[in-house]
Amino acid sequence: MAKVSMTVNGKAASGEVEGRTLLSSFLRDTLRLTGTHVGCDTSQCGACVVHVDGKAVKSCTMLALEAEGAEVATIEGQANADGSLNVIQQAFQDHHGLQCGFCTPGMVMSAAALLKDNPKPSEQEVRDYLEGNLCRCTGYHNIVKAIMAASGQDVSSIAAE
Amino acid sequence: MYEFEFVKPATVAEAVAALAEEDAQALGGGQTLIPTLKQRLAMPSKLVSLTGIPQLKEIGDNDGVLTIGGAVTHAAVAEAAADSYPALADLASHIGDPAVRNRGTIGGSLANNDPAACYPAAALGSGATIVTNRREITADEYFRGLFETALEEGEIITAVRFPVPEKANYQKFLQPASRFALVGVFVAKYAAGVRVAVTGASEEGVFRWREAEAALDASFAPDALDGHSVDAAGMIGDLHGTREYRAHLVKVMAKRAVAAA
Repeated sequence: MAKVSMTVNGKAASGEVEGRTLLSSFLRDTLRLTGTHVGCDTSQCGACVVHVDGKAVKSCTMLALEAEGAEVATIEGQANADGSLNVIQQAFQDHHGLQCGFCTPGMVMSAAALLKDNPKPSEQEVRDYLEGNLCRCTGYHNIVKAIMAASGQDVSSIAAE
Repeated sequence: MYEFEFVKPATVAEAVAALAEEDAQALGGGQTLIPTLKQRLAMPSKLVSLTGIPQLKEIGDNDGVLTIGGAVTHAAVAEAAADSYPALADLASHIGDPAVRNRGTIGGSLANNDPAACYPAAALGSGATIVTNRREITADEYFRGLFETALEEGEIITAVRFPVPEKANYQKFLQPASRFALVGVFVAKYAAGVRVAVTGASEEGVFRWREAEAALDASFAPDALDGHSVDAAGMIGDLHGTREYRAHLVKVMAKRAVAAA
């Protein structure tokens, strides 16, 4: 076992892990931050997307020890300081961007990473960016719409709800 | 995953020393290796992370040669090569998905040499040089077949040197589930001649389509490939596409790459 320390959602976090402990396991099992979901555990679905030093990564495909000293952001840290939903989360609610909600943490984290680099993405850019985030409920249209809306763009012409 | 020890050295020399242990294995971004470990298809005693070595993250651009450190991520290549080698940047920006591109590295991809990976086509198509801690290997010498390379035990890719062509393009026919290339063709035009490298198609891994190179040397236009074809024997045949389908796709994608270059 080895000690790993990182900053998670702005707070210092540390714990004992094995070499093989995944970042997703450390977040969920050690820190009890279970908002990060593990859907496939094979790098396909993107439900486990978190940010490491500002970059979206699949936390099921990164060792916890690789995040030593890193700034990690998870879905638990996305709400506004007063606890209300942030603009992306609110847009997912307003535009029905989720049904069962399992993929939503990864979708929101991917959307946040996209909008940080590209504040006004086109619909195609949103769809391309979500290539590694699978949703089995919505058919994606409302997720794309929510992200476009969160970027402050008019979504009236985007695929019907 | 089986248990293993994890170390993250800060220099190439330390990494080489750590890899000297029997069953130690280098870890790049882990986007292939970690899934492989999860399936218990590999059982290293020790993983030596290469992501904490500053030297392996350097990117240099001079005299028409783009040098990319072995631990540079696909996302960083896409950014760094956007102006100097747009075809390479475009290839890097379409590997896997954004989260994979933020972890996966060029050295990891080339060391793994997956027969359907994109970077082998870029390296072979560019006549790149693979620089290791021991020597320099030309791309023509480096790729040795399915998941086989010229790398020896304990040898680390420290950098890849890409001569920048006059023009180039990569066309990938996506296998939509894996996001690897069902067939990918990299075409690059240099003063010394045209190079055409094909990934995803052959049972022997990435290869140069020399007949196409000769035809394109004579005339760099899509219709220069009319009348030329790839033999279906030796192509990969699976549930995603027959040998004949892949052989056909090679020509289609090559023509598209020439048109777009």
